[in-house]
Amino acid sequence: MRKQFVKTVEDLMALDECLAVLLGDIGVFGFRNAFKLYPDRTYNIGICEQAMTGLGAGLAKEGFIPVFHSIAPFVVERCYEQLKIDFIYQNLQANIVSVGSSYDYAGLGYTHHCPGDVPVLKALPGIEIVVPGTAAEFDYLFRMAYNDKNLTYFRLSEQSNDQDQKVKFGQATVIRQGKKATIIAVGPTLSSVIEASKRFDVTILYYTTVAPFDANTLKENCDSGKIMVVEPYYSGAITADIHRCFKYVPLIIETLGVSHRVITNYGHAAEHDEAFGLTVQNIETRLEELINA
Amino acid sequence: MNEIQKKLKYLKRLIIMTTLSAREGHIPSAFSILDIVWVLYDRIMKINPIFPQDCDRDRFILSKGHGSLALYAVLAEKRFFPSDELFAFAKYDSRLGGHPDCNKVPGIEASTGSLGHGLPIAVGMALGMKLRKNSRRVYVLVGDAECNEGSIWEAVLLAAHHKLSNITCIVDYNHSTDRALALGNLEAKFISFGWNTSSVDGHDHNALYVAMNQTANDRPTAIIAETIKGFGCTIMENNPAWHHRIPTDDELPEILEELA
Repeated sequence: MRKQFVKTVEDLMALDECLAVLLGDIGVFGFRNAFKLYPDRTYNIGICEQAMTGLGAGLAKEGFIPVFHSIAPFVVERCYEQLKIDFIYQNLQANIVSVGSSYDYAGLGYTHHCPGDVPVLKALPGIEIVVPGTAAEFDYLFRMAYNDKNLTYFRLSEQSNDQDQKVKFGQATVIRQGKKATIIAVGPTLSSVIEASKRFDVTILYYTTVAPFDANTLKENCDSGKIMVVEPYYSGAITADIHRCFKYVPLIIETLGVSHRVITNYGHAAEHDEAFGLTVQNIETRLEELINA
Repeated sequence: MNEIQKKLKYLKRLIIMTTLSAREGHIPSAFSILDIVWVLYDRIMKINPIFPQDCDRDRFILSKGHGSLALYAVLAEKRFFPSDELFAFAKYDSRLGGHPDCNKVPGIEASTGSLGHGLPIAVGMALGMKLRKNSRRVYVLVGDAECNEGSIWEAVLLAAHHKLSNITCIVDYNHSTDRALALGNLEAKFISFGWNTSSVDGHDHNALYVAMNQTANDRPTAIIAETIKGFGCTIMENNPAWHHRIPTDDELPEILEELA
């Protein structure tokens, strides 16, 4: 996804003279062509994410469309108030593209983990949050949303689904329909969800945009009242959205994501997935329990 | 007393009266910066109250947003909005809040309040204007205590690195920081970061005017303006108790008499 991110942005920089890339000393080698081709719109701002965000807001006030890029904790949590005040409050547009989602840099430890990015960003009114499942999906979704006058967060991941889906910004994709339960698979969890649900008569909805939340697709595809959410960040980020879809209708919701705790382990992302139950086997077990509940 | 001095006293009375109905406002902070803001809007900046978003305008950001009463008073005087509107200050559906909102108030370039945000935004605007070959200038006013924020110094570094000669940062050095964190020689700090600098009496209009015109071609400019918090109102001057306090009915006559 990261290579696609560079390619997509470089393509768009050729077409859109307003697009400006601001790097927090991350991805500098990747954007080496952009530095040569568009030196006035490609900056390694340095390791100062708060001022980088504010500077980007100033550029946005002068008509530019900033693209911020760094590792998720630094481009989300370090400068969270700048996102809130300098973009959401001022009503300015920009794009944040992070790497290292949840624990992609597993060996680097808790300072570089960021499973809280989606939950904390969802607290910003009007923000758009995109969790693509493949490189091609990122390309399509970025082109759809980068210039839509809002602050948009794109969460790149080292993990990708096996197949590209026909995705659309702001809209969930119906992968298949069934009667016993509805599974919401967010971003790169889809391949595991498809594999885990093979023997069950369930609906699978694929969400690559989690804010704004596509309520209609869920309302139209959930007669069972049983919902399982499989999300690659701290679990529960979209549970309130789900409840708002079904006013006065009792639901059974099972959430499967990263547990809300300090992560002090290292290793590899797959080991963390295993620890949090984000595996085909565990999804299958939990799904069976939900269907039988 | 000359006409400008009379005008400034009038604006201070207006600021006092503005706070009374809402029982809200940072009066001493407004008095600290009023001379600076007045000189900018009256003698320095190219502005257009009819078309406040005109590209060919100078930009001003009040990074220490709690000084909003001074900015509102000057904007009203310059006819960005009717002066009567000041009396709706801080009411529920007012455009004029305790901190300025750029999406509500004509002439406000950035919504501020949380400290340390205005200067980085101003640096971005200056960079954007440079890229667009816009010859106008960005002025930004920060407080000395606001200079405790790390984001200020990040932005100071960035402005120098990108040689943003089209930005002037004015520090309202009213020594609010002294009770918390010693800033030392602020001008020397800006010089060491690569800025063109000067230090002036922040209540001396001619000194401010001269300093605001002494820019450099290859560096950003910082003006360290020595000010008195609550300037012109004896009971408020340098008195921390007045930071966010509104005069009582008993105090009001004496205050207004001094500002007459």
